[in-house]
Amino acid sequence: MKHFSLARAFAVLVKEFIQMGRDPLTFAMIVGIPLVQLVLFGYAINLNPKNLPTAISIDDPGTFARSLTAALHNSGYFDIVEETNSPAEARRLLSEGRVSFVIEVPVNFTRDIIRGEKPQLLVEADATDPSASSYALAAFSELASAALRDDLVGSLAVRAPKAPPFELVVHRLYNPESVTQYNVVPGLLGVILTMTMVLITSLAVTRERERGTYENLLAMPATPLEIMFGKIAPYVAVGYVQVTLILLAGLYIFGVPMLGSLTLLSVALALFIIANLAVGYTFSTVAENQLQAMQMTFFFFLPSILLSGFMFPFDGMPVWAQWIGDVLPLTHFLRIVRGIMLKANGWAEIWPNMWPLIIFMSAACGIALMRFRRTLD
Amino acid sequence: MSDLAIDVRGLRKTFGSKVAVDGVDIAIPKGEVWGFLGPNGSGKTTTIRMLCGLLRPDAGEGTCLGFDFRTQSEQIKRETGYMTQRFSFWEDLSIRENLEFVARVYQLPKRRARVAATLERLGLVKRQRQLAGSLSGGWKQRLALAACMLHEPQLLLLDEPTAGVDPQARRDFWEEIHALSARGITVLVSTHYMDEAERCDRIVYILNSRVIARGTVAEVIARSGLTTFVMEGEGVRHLLEELRNAPGVDLAAFFGAALHVSGTNRSALERALAPYRGRPGLNVHEAPVSLEDVFIHLQREVHS
Ligand SMILES: Nc1ncnc2c1ncn2[C@@H]1O[C@H](COP(=O)(O)OP(=O)(O)OP(=O)(O)O)[C@@H](O)[C@H]1O
Ligand SMILES: [Mg+2]
Repeated sequence: MKHFSLARAFAVLVKEFIQMGRDPLTFAMIVGIPLVQLVLFGYAINLNPKNLPTAISIDDPGTFARSLTAALHNSGYFDIVEETNSPAEARRLLSEGRVSFVIEVPVNFTRDIIRGEKPQLLVEADATDPSASSYALAAFSELASAALRDDLVGSLAVRAPKAPPFELVVHRLYNPESVTQYNVVPGLLGVILTMTMVLITSLAVTRERERGTYENLLAMPATPLEIMFGKIAPYVAVGYVQVTLILLAGLYIFGVPMLGSLTLLSVALALFIIANLAVGYTFSTVAENQLQAMQMTFFFFLPSILLSGFMFPFDGMPVWAQWIGDVLPLTHFLRIVRGIMLKANGWAEIWPNMWPLIIFMSAACGIALMRFRRTLD
Repeated sequence: MSDLAIDVRGLRKTFGSKVAVDGVDIAIPKGEVWGFLGPNGSGKTTTIRMLCGLLRPDAGEGTCLGFDFRTQSEQIKRETGYMTQRFSFWEDLSIRENLEFVARVYQLPKRRARVAATLERLGLVKRQRQLAGSLSGGWKQRLALAACMLHEPQLLLLDEPTAGVDPQARRDFWEEIHALSARGITVLVSTHYMDEAERCDRIVYILNSRVIARGTVAEVIARSGLTTFVMEGEGVRHLLEELRNAPGVDLAAFFGAALHVSGTNRSALERALAPYRGRPGLNVHEAPVSLEDVFIHLQREVHS
């Protein structure tokens, strides 16, 4: 008698799908939250790097240094606020925070390039806000070689192709373990899913109870497992839609690559999405009304975003905070998704973060099922 | 298996310190239609919810359709149609989608045909795509009733199914109930309408969470010991106040232009009415006791 009936679960699933389509709020949440968050964080990624105050110290009177300065200025990334011939002076400006970059063109830069000796071009960056500086840094090497390529004409053209004719040395100061902007989009993937998935299901049962339809549902022969399945499954699909949106936006707007396996990512996503849906479902079996459900969601969301390594580097957190962070699914998902997307991690590398996710998901589903009230009292 | 569709004893339910149902026994033979009556807050809905496993009883034992109502509610649910007092279908689903959901959850064969037939019978074929929430109150009741009978249950628990339903629809509803009963389906229906009580095989009257009267309508009336006299004619409008407080008169109320005066002590009542007999233009005669008088009398008796 207690067996799981796919037909009954399917009945609940179809009903949920129809209701989801009719509820403008849910729909707005599914598309709106990722969009708003991407735009908000996207601003931080996209606009800040422009016009970064830069000091340039030039010890070389040659033409290449001039071209370089002009190219940097034209790129829009660098705003050259100080030109000096003293490296010490430039570094002082950096330490005082008056400039974000110092570019040092060494003595005989032009001459060494012409000789093909690959002189060093030193760039020092204030990396306290790594997401701000890294775009400019990424652009720098390309810029510099392009600028010089235009000068290397005629007999010097042999120096022009392929590799840049100088050696770029980048020093990141103040935050050497810098997090690049690439971290933000994969991180957002996890954050957005945590927020929307928990919120959506936290309303699933509460709404039925508030509207009085819960009594009807309970009077029918659907079992708690079937109801839970039917109420969670549609939102797994929603989760994947969101992921697709975010990944496409990440790729086309912010140029975040996807280096690893999509299949592997999909598996990790399934675990992560279901884990969050189950958390929300548990909330909705406990909450008396939709307001309470939203408050619970918020109380789950807050530590997730603060202690998972999204906001602050995980290793920099106090031990107690790391303990809490280790329990949260977002912590492990962030490592997995960053690993897959940015480092092309395989199964072996992500496993240390997969099993905590599996355990969390199973526990959350178990608790949600146990908490489901089969009666009205 | 017994021939009782519902056989429960000593049902009790408390909410905190409030006793909602106390020592209720109900035994309904298969195929009968029973009315469940009582004032607001007396415990009807609570009792029905316990019968179909939606509330856990604090005490009591027994069976519904042969299944233990405390432990086998899954089996009971499959064979029972429960219509809630408050409309509890999905207002953001269309009429058709609601019926299809029910058909799917009960895994009914020939789903489409069944839903189509129900829509046809309800006269809602044209409006099947309309959202249930946009139906009028009476139509919601009719949809809910049809939906809870879709899976052809053996037992119907109906909580005020005809509240807000127009007379024609109410008559259709009762015709359907009696047709179902003829096919052996058992019905327990709560109502505040006296004419509906009179259509039931038996009634159970619950007051302050206890059953205080049960049986056929005739039995309940007879057991009340009430006698009713009707006064009609000139000047009757002025008599209500003085008669209401007269010794021997328990109840006095107008029904149209006629004053109904009732009491449990027949001779005392006759004595109270004696001065009015023979007044010119005033007609005093005995009449059958109405069920409503009995219920109001029971309610007063308990309160005093
Ligand atoms: N969930 C609940 N929590 C607390 N008290 C409740 C609950 N449900 C019912 N009660 C109380 O139990 C008593 C019986 O309520 P019930 O709904 O069974 O009455 P009813 O006979 O159906 O009334 P009505 O004719 O108005 O529908 C009432 O006093 C009510 O306040
Ligand atoms: Mg009620």
